[in-house]
Amino acid sequence: MNTSRAAWLFITPALIILGLFFLLPVIAALILSVTDYDLYALADIRNLRFVALQNYWQLLQRPLFWSALGHTVYFVVVGVPLSLFASLGAAMLLNSPLARFKPFFRTALFAPVVTTVVAVAVIWRYLFNTKYGLVNYALDSIGMPTVDWLGDPHWAMPTIILFAVWKNFGYNMIIFMAGLQAIPGDLYEAARIDGASAFAQFRHITLPMLKPTMLMVSILTVSGYFQLFAEPYVMTEGGPLQSTTSVLYLMYEEGFKWWNLGSASAVAFILFVIMFAVTATMLRLSRQGEKA
Amino acid sequence: MSRVTGVLRAVAVLALAGAATAGCAKQEEGTRTLQFWTIGREGEAVEKLLPEFEREHPGLHVSVQQLPLTAAHQKLLTAYAGDSTPDITQLGNTWVPELVALDAIEPLDARVASSKVVEKNDYFPAIWSTNVIDGKVYGVPWYVDTRLLFYRKDLLARVGYDHPPRDWPEWQAMMAKLSQPPGKTYGVLLPTNEFEQLLALSLQQDEPLLRDDGRYGNFRSAGFKKALAFYVSLFKNQQAPMMTNVGVGNPWAAFGQGFYTFYLSGPWNIGEFRKRLPPEQQGDWATTPLPGPNGPGASNAGGSSLVIFRASKHKDDAWALIEFLSRPAIQERFYQILGDMPPRRSSWEAPALRDDDKATAFRDQLERVKPTPPVAEWERIVTEMQLVAAQAAHGDISIDDAAAEIDRRADRLLEKRRWMLDHGHKASP
Repeated sequence: MNTSRAAWLFITPALIILGLFFLLPVIAALILSVTDYDLYALADIRNLRFVALQNYWQLLQRPLFWSALGHTVYFVVVGVPLSLFASLGAAMLLNSPLARFKPFFRTALFAPVVTTVVAVAVIWRYLFNTKYGLVNYALDSIGMPTVDWLGDPHWAMPTIILFAVWKNFGYNMIIFMAGLQAIPGDLYEAARIDGASAFAQFRHITLPMLKPTMLMVSILTVSGYFQLFAEPYVMTEGGPLQSTTSVLYLMYEEGFKWWNLGSASAVAFILFVIMFAVTATMLRLSRQGEKA
Repeated sequence: MSRVTGVLRAVAVLALAGAATAGCAKQEEGTRTLQFWTIGREGEAVEKLLPEFEREHPGLHVSVQQLPLTAAHQKLLTAYAGDSTPDITQLGNTWVPELVALDAIEPLDARVASSKVVEKNDYFPAIWSTNVIDGKVYGVPWYVDTRLLFYRKDLLARVGYDHPPRDWPEWQAMMAKLSQPPGKTYGVLLPTNEFEQLLALSLQQDEPLLRDDGRYGNFRSAGFKKALAFYVSLFKNQQAPMMTNVGVGNPWAAFGQGFYTFYLSGPWNIGEFRKRLPPEQQGDWATTPLPGPNGPGASNAGGSSLVIFRASKHKDDAWALIEFLSRPAIQERFYQILGDMPPRRSSWEAPALRDDDKATAFRDQLERVKPTPPVAEWERIVTEMQLVAAQAAHGDISIDDAAAEIDRRADRLLEKRRWMLDHGHKASP
């Protein structure tokens, strides 16, 4: 029994599980995506046609796909920086020696992450109700104009971004806090002796030292935010005027609402390719940054 | 951003938490259990009627599972895909063609022919016809649902009318007077995310909505364009608020406050308005059949049917339940519990319905309803229709472009159906 065989023996169970429950479904979905599997095929498999890349082609011609992609990109481009900003800010505050009740605040800010999206989204839907929501009530009471948060196509996505950022920033905050605590204190001490301002300390010590953490967190957040689904599903059902339909929501509707599993699988693979390209680009840019 | 499946599971758990408890009753020896799925509030009402049925059929137990409306369509298809269909289910009558295309439900012609309870000629013809596909009956209408006008008599009297509108021109003249001041008060409420209102207006036209045996959309016809132009003009002239039903929030309170005068809606709102408006306002509102382009107009033949799944092992028991729920006396009680209107004329002889001034308009309308095209893709087509119509209402596209775009989308959705029909595959209907 040599070492490599022993190693294979040990990882076999994990590989079998991965193959069965991850690889196999992915391959099945890839096969599905080149057929027109739908309601009729469900009734009788003879109604299944091989359509090669037609699902992909038709998808690229659908205005709804492009607008869904646009909404998703909008969500990523606005949401990710906001989320990073909020989590880094919260982490710095909690990490500051002046902060009191740290464990309490850490838990409180992390709480939205572990609660069910569905339950929280229902509550937010009440808060942002146009007529009797607390948010508009508050705006009204200080004399500001009220907003049709979830009913106006221009406001629905910003509302969803706010919700998503609030719900998810706690997760990144915890990671940032670990990163901040790993920065040696004597660096700050040296900087203070040299007369560096708080901002200069942040810019020249905190940010560079956090770079690896920052990279990991942004890649995780970007890939998570590309998979926007739950928020529009619960809060707006993709509306109003499909202004909050994300790519994943489109996939869900194609697949589970209308049973066009062929084109739903095609949506999934297109989203995979896009996410892969974006995260690979991010990695490459960060490597180039290190060389410079 | 959690995974789709996790969220769906959470939603399903929340939605079906109640249903699970219903199905856990311990089975006694020798009893047969009938699985009965209902959609929305009908489940609660039917639970009150079932003890009587079980008394009449000893040894038979009916287990009711209530599906939430938003998840029902998906759940039925998933059940079919996973071979876990119930014995009998309530089914929106626009979904019948889809389940027939799947070959999932049982034809009922022989049972209807020999039945002493289900008398075909007693049913409103258009409602019955929604269950007939390729000349075979697949479902028995359970209750009907059509859309007509709820309106505020007092507000109408204030602008000088002592009668409801009889045709579109008169209705438009009324709405023009009622929508003052502009942007504050509106003639009619038409939530932009609901397709039923525009659908009713387009069913009033002579041209069918699909052509060539449901192979192609027919939305570029003069009739549909006329209906769409009328619909869009209401938004353009600020006679209908540009709002989704989410934006409206509470349509009943808004109706009471005079935010709008007309509301194109269905029978369940009789009960809602009785419950939600104060007693002093109860005399101020009424219902009236839908006005057409030139005289009384048609409306949609909506409602739910009862169907038996092919895979059921208790088809005779399921039929017995359908017969029980089709009795005029039972339908009368069903109406009293829930307000769902019966599909047969003899049930309408019940005093509760006959003497109800709010219900008579529906009785009148039911003789003038039209079914939607019986194709499996209909639900999707009509969803797309509304999305494009909402864009037209917003003024983003012209009437002609909207009609062409709806046709384009409908034709794309019907591509598979055309292929099935052209290659002799059974694309029922």
